[in-house]
Amino acid sequence: MSLLEVKNLQVRVEEREILHGLSLTVNKGEVHAIMGPNGSGKSTLAHVLAGRPGYQITAGTVSYEGRDLLALAPEERARQGVFLGFQYPVEIPGVSNTYFLKAALNAVRKHRGLPDLDAVDFLKLVRQRMKLVQMDESLLNRPVNEGFSGGEKKRNEIFHMAVLEPRLAVLDETDSGLDIDALRIVAAGVERLRQPDRAFLLITHYQRLLNYIVPDRVHVLVDGRIVRSGGKELALELEEKGYAWLEALARSAPGAATQAPAPSPAVPVPAAGA
Amino acid sequence: MTGQATQQPLRAAVATPESAAATPAVTPAVGAAHPAALGAPEAILLQARDRDLAAAAPYLADWETFQRELSELPELPDLPETRELSALRQAAIDRFAALGFPTTRQEEWRYTNLAPLARAAFQRAPVRMLDGGAASPSAAPVVGAPRLGPGAVARWTFDAAATLVFVDGQFAPELSTGAAGEGPLPPGILVTSLAAVLARDPRLVTPWLGRHTSFQDQPFVALNTAFLHDGAVVLLPRGAVLERPVHLLYLSTPFPVAPVRRSRHASAGAGAAAAAKPAVPAPATVSFPRNLIVAGEGSQLTVVETYAGEGAYFTCGVTELIAAPGAVVDHYKVQRESREAYHLATLQVYGDRASVISSHSISLGGGLVRNDVNALLDGEGIDCTLNGLYLADGRQLVDNHMRVEHAKPHCGSHELYKGILDGKARTVFNGLIHVHPGAQKTDAKQSNRNLLLSADAIANSNPRLEIFADDVRCTHGSTVGQLDADAVFYLRSRGIGEAAARSLLTYAFASDIVARIKVEAVRHDLEEYLFARLPQGEVVRQAV
Repeated sequence: MSLLEVKNLQVRVEEREILHGLSLTVNKGEVHAIMGPNGSGKSTLAHVLAGRPGYQITAGTVSYEGRDLLALAPEERARQGVFLGFQYPVEIPGVSNTYFLKAALNAVRKHRGLPDLDAVDFLKLVRQRMKLVQMDESLLNRPVNEGFSGGEKKRNEIFHMAVLEPRLAVLDETDSGLDIDALRIVAAGVERLRQPDRAFLLITHYQRLLNYIVPDRVHVLVDGRIVRSGGKELALELEEKGYAWLEALARSAPGAATQAPAPSPAVPVPAAGA
Repeated sequence: MTGQATQQPLRAAVATPESAAATPAVTPAVGAAHPAALGAPEAILLQARDRDLAAAAPYLADWETFQRELSELPELPDLPETRELSALRQAAIDRFAALGFPTTRQEEWRYTNLAPLARAAFQRAPVRMLDGGAASPSAAPVVGAPRLGPGAVARWTFDAAATLVFVDGQFAPELSTGAAGEGPLPPGILVTSLAAVLARDPRLVTPWLGRHTSFQDQPFVALNTAFLHDGAVVLLPRGAVLERPVHLLYLSTPFPVAPVRRSRHASAGAGAAAAAKPAVPAPATVSFPRNLIVAGEGSQLTVVETYAGEGAYFTCGVTELIAAPGAVVDHYKVQRESREAYHLATLQVYGDRASVISSHSISLGGGLVRNDVNALLDGEGIDCTLNGLYLADGRQLVDNHMRVEHAKPHCGSHELYKGILDGKARTVFNGLIHVHPGAQKTDAKQSNRNLLLSADAIANSNPRLEIFADDVRCTHGSTVGQLDADAVFYLRSRGIGEAAARSLLTYAFASDIVARIKVEAVRHDLEEYLFARLPQGEVVRQAV
């Protein structure tokens, strides 16, 4: 059984269709990269998987560990092991980063039938996981994301992920806005969290991140459809050629939405548009 | 927070002669020593429909009774100051008779309809006189006191230098600690009841009483002044430092018509409050606490006022807070009145040179609440902070009126008021910063933020600036918004349930006001209150 199976997903936001029948299969332990130009629907996919309100699912299914993911509230998805790393983490003044995380972790543990962690064990866990993202301990005692730099916010997301130990981590443009040092740290943190029972969906605009995290599969999302899927070499090809040729491909192939892209071999690259 | 925000740094508004004339540079000083300064009734510009004179009538009748009760007191010293106070009360009742109850046609009361208060009948606890903190033999027992077990008081008290308890507006020495030299207070510090001071030596308070608190156009200040008799007096001499707070606790009880027999048994048990409730609703109580807090030159003082009660009643209070040059005063008003209560109270702050004053208004209870805070910064280099947090739900109405007078140069004032509204609550914030001519280098900031948790709640916010100096920095702003949907989703995406996420963000909204409370017991009580009031408060407790 796949960990995540998205079939023919169609999503609208305020009467505009953003995803036009997206299909995707992610197995345990795999790292998938979703790449695509701005406005292709990458973040919509991430938000729909995490259960953000405001999206209308007009067709399709999403199953997670064999269950209907779309029927669950966002907090239930989180408790069952789905994590969304935000592109723009939200500042929450007045709520301590540590205590908030403790409440979140205990909500997740409760769902898994585990007792609450006491303060000592929690701090031990937190210290250990902070090292993964080389996060300054002072950020623990500050309010959630308040006054954090862009890089600190992204590291804090990876830190939250490391503490919550999800089975499916969706990272929405975690690489955007990071300098190369921060990018390396974030990527190293993800690499260290890579495990046979944990899958990642990396949503990114640039190939850069994939220099540090080697994906098992790369999917190219254009105009709400996956137009190409392949191995890590597809990312390099995109880096060279840009997205223009794939956008042209998407326009010339209206049937692209019905393709089952993930398991199929890469579609031969036509010279069209180039 | 989302919502419209207006942040308008104003450099200098040049005053026209007309507007300058329309706004007197200094609030007319009205006090015991200046009865002539009181306005004559014929000066009133109000029209008949602007005031409800019929509503005032029962109070006028009761004032005659009050006068008779005062005249029957044997202990009042025969001093010119005693007669000055009588004149002050007389002037105040005359003014109240002329002003009546304001209607919503008056700008200052536009959103606060007093009709329910005007229709309600109240009974005042009869005057009794205290001498030096002990009840005199002729005095009637404190009316509400037997109905309050020690537990009822202990619920509100904390470690303080002195705790003065007032029941239905009257000092209850048997429930108080540390007053009038019996406690560990350093010599020279006076913490006692106003009634006791008036009986012993009114000259201790007449230099200040009513001096800066005008009732010219404030009907409820006039009403309070007319019934001026009891309340708290806190006087710190020059250089005195009181490290622990002085706690003033005002408890109101349903007024028993006849002695309630059950109360004697009930006061011993834990379920006292419930068991003591008479079958027939008791008439509602009205009290007129009048407090005078004077921090002498270079002294340091923390004062906490707590208002609480049971059933329907009316608290009509005035607190005068005077900070002498260089004094540091930290003041708190915690309003935890019952949901059926009317609470209309004025805090008048007077700051002298280089004083540092902060006042925190925590308004949580009450059915109809009006808090007036007026500050006159009358010396150079004053720093004045006015913080507020108000929570309102159901059909609560909470009205905060602020007026900060920058009368001298080089003063700073910082106001931050935050409101959390749910249900069909209505709140009002009306704040005026008035910079007088010549008050250069004024640094005044005023901010009012409102969080609406329901679609039916209404927050009115009206911050205003009147600036008659040209080298000042004044900013004001107000926001009315809902919880940030992105933030709610962010928390939910980490496994926090929706109700808990909303509560957590609501708590976070209030947290900066909470954090500014320096008295640990007050801060802790407020936190506990919020955890109890917010849905899923246990999650909030764990997460903050």
